[in-house]
Amino acid sequence: MATESSNPDQPVIKASQAGDGKTGAVGGVRRATAVDETTKRGDSRVLRGAKTAGWHLLLLALSLLVLFPIYMLLLKAISAPLAYLAAGQPLTPVNPEWDVFSRAWNGANLSSAMALSAIVTLLIVAAQLLTSVLGAYAFAFLEFPFKKVMFVIVVATLLLPIEVTLIANIRTIRDLGWLNSVPGLTLPFVATAFGIFLIRQGFLGIPKDLRDAATLDGYGHMRFLFRVAVPLSKPVIGSFLVISFLGAWNQYVWPRNATDSRSWQTAQIALRTLTTERIDELNLAYAGAVIVAIPLILLLIFFQRQMVRGLTAGAVKG
Amino acid sequence: MTDIPPPSHPPRRFGQRVREALLGYAFLAPALIAMAAFAYYPLTQLVSLSLHRETRFGTNSVWVGPQQLIDTLTGEDFREGVMHSGLFMVYTVPLGLILGVLLAVSAHRRLRGIRIYQMIFSSTVATSVAVAAVIFITLVNPVVGYFKDVAWLSLNNPDTALFSVSLSSVWQNLGLTFIVILASLQAIPEELNEAATLDGFSAPRRFFRITVPLISPALMFLAVVLVIQALQAYAQIELLTNGGPGSSTETLLFKIADPRGIRSVGVKASMSIGLFALTAIVAAMQFGLLSKRVHYGD
Repeated sequence: MATESSNPDQPVIKASQAGDGKTGAVGGVRRATAVDETTKRGDSRVLRGAKTAGWHLLLLALSLLVLFPIYMLLLKAISAPLAYLAAGQPLTPVNPEWDVFSRAWNGANLSSAMALSAIVTLLIVAAQLLTSVLGAYAFAFLEFPFKKVMFVIVVATLLLPIEVTLIANIRTIRDLGWLNSVPGLTLPFVATAFGIFLIRQGFLGIPKDLRDAATLDGYGHMRFLFRVAVPLSKPVIGSFLVISFLGAWNQYVWPRNATDSRSWQTAQIALRTLTTERIDELNLAYAGAVIVAIPLILLLIFFQRQMVRGLTAGAVKG
Repeated sequence: MTDIPPPSHPPRRFGQRVREALLGYAFLAPALIAMAAFAYYPLTQLVSLSLHRETRFGTNSVWVGPQQLIDTLTGEDFREGVMHSGLFMVYTVPLGLILGVLLAVSAHRRLRGIRIYQMIFSSTVATSVAVAAVIFITLVNPVVGYFKDVAWLSLNNPDTALFSVSLSSVWQNLGLTFIVILASLQAIPEELNEAATLDGFSAPRRFFRITVPLISPALMFLAVVLVIQALQAYAQIELLTNGGPGSSTETLLFKIADPRGIRSVGVKASMSIGLFALTAIVAAMQFGLLSKRVHYGD
C-alpha cells in the first residue's frame, strides 16, 4: 500500500458526485452535441429509440440475474416447504404462510440472536473507532521514538486476520473462560490496522498550516484532535464506520467457534442452526435470512452515499 | 504541494518532546495491546502448537519438533485444501470481475430509470456470506434447490460442488464489484471518450484502450479483495456442503476451522501457519502489482 498517496477518500467523493450533480448537466449538454454529430451522419430517431430499448432490455436481463436468487428466497420463505416441492417448484407461492417471519423471529431464537449481534457489532464498531482515531492521530501528528517501527508492527497485523490466528485465539478465549460471552465475541476485534491506516490518511490530508494556526491559538493535542482533526475527517471516518459495521455484523468464523451454546449464537450463526432443522421447516431459515439482512438493507437505503464511499475507500490509488 | 517550505517549528524544549512522546504512546497503547494479545501472541502460540502433539483427551502435550509441521505442510490433506482454495479463486475472481464490469458499464449511462437499475445491481451488498449461502440453498440444494436437477450445479457431484458453492460468493460480491467499478467509471472525464470518438475510435477500441486502463486500479483492488475472500471462504461451504461430498469442497480454512474435530490441534496449527504463508504471498503480490502495471492517472 502506498503510504505517500493522498487522502484515498477524496477522489471517490468526486467520482460519486460526477454521476448526478451539476457536472452531469454539463456532460448532458456535451452529449447532446455528440448526438447531433451522429444524426448528421444519418442515424434516425428510430435507431436511437431502438438503441435505448436495447439498453433497457440488457439492463432488465441483468436485473433478473441479480434479483432471481432474492425472489427465490422470498418465494420459498412464504411457501410451505413440502407443498412447494410437491407442486414442482413453481415460480409463484404455494400455500403462502405470511406468519413465517414472526415465527422465525419469535420461535427460532432469532430475536435474541439479533439483539446479541447488535450489541456485539456496536461494541466492536465503537472500540475500533476509538483505537483507530487515537492510533491514527499518533501516527499523523505526534513525534516519538520508534514511530516507524510501531507503524510497521501495526500494519503487519493485516497478515494476521482472525482466520489465521483462529486456532490459537480460541484457546486463549477458552482458557480465560470467555467462550459464550460478550468479551469473547468482541475483544479480538477492538483494534484494526485498516482503521488506523485509513483514518491516518484522512488526517494527513489536513493542511499543516491549520495545525500551526491551532497551536498559535493555544490548542493542545486533545482539543485539536476533537475540534479540528475529527470534524475535518468526517468522510473518511464515515467510510470506516461503514466498513467496520459490515465486518462486525457479517462475522461468521469467529462467533461460530467462540460459542457453543444456542443462547449465545449471533444472527449469522443462528441462521446456520435454522438450516439444519427439519426439511419441512426450512422456510424458517429462508425467512431468517431475510430478517438478518434487514439492518444492512436499511443501511443501504439511508446511508447510500457513505456506503458507496466506504466500499470504494480502498480502491482509489491503492 | 506548493514551493513554499513549511514553516519550521520553533525549537522545542526537551520536556515538551517527552510529553508529546508520552501522548503518542498513550494514544497507541489500546491498539498495540489488543494487537499483541490477539495477533502476535497467537502467532507465537501457533508455532508452539505446531511443535507439540496433544496426547489423547487433550490432557497433555509433548514436544515433537518440526516434524509435525513438515508432515502437515507436505501432506495430502494440506495440498488438497490449498488446491480447493486456489480453485475457489479461479472460479470467483475472473467471473466476479467480468460480471462486475458488465453490470457497471451497462448501468453507466444516461437513461430513464437508471438509478433503479443501479440500486438493483448494488443490492447484494446487503447480504452477508451466510445470508447468500442460505439464498443459494434455495437454488442448488440437492433436495430442495430450484436447480437441483441441473448437472453442472450439482452439490452431490465432487466435480461440480465447489463451483456451485463458489457461485454464491460470485453473486454475493456483485454489489461490491458493481459499486466500485461504477465509481471508477464515473471518475473518467467524459472529454476523453468524446475526443477518442472524434478521432474515429470504435466503441470496442475505446473500451479496451481508454476505459479498461483507467479502471484498472479499481479492478486490481477488487481482484485482491476477491482473492482474500476466496482464501477466507468458510460459511458458504459449511452451509451448502459442509465440506462434502467426501472432502471435495474442503478449502484450507475449512479444514482449519472445521468444528467436527477430525484433525488434531497440532495439525490445525500447522495448517494455520500454511495459511499465514499464503496470506503473506497474496499481500506481497498485491504490493508488487499495485506498484506497477496499473495505470494511476497522474
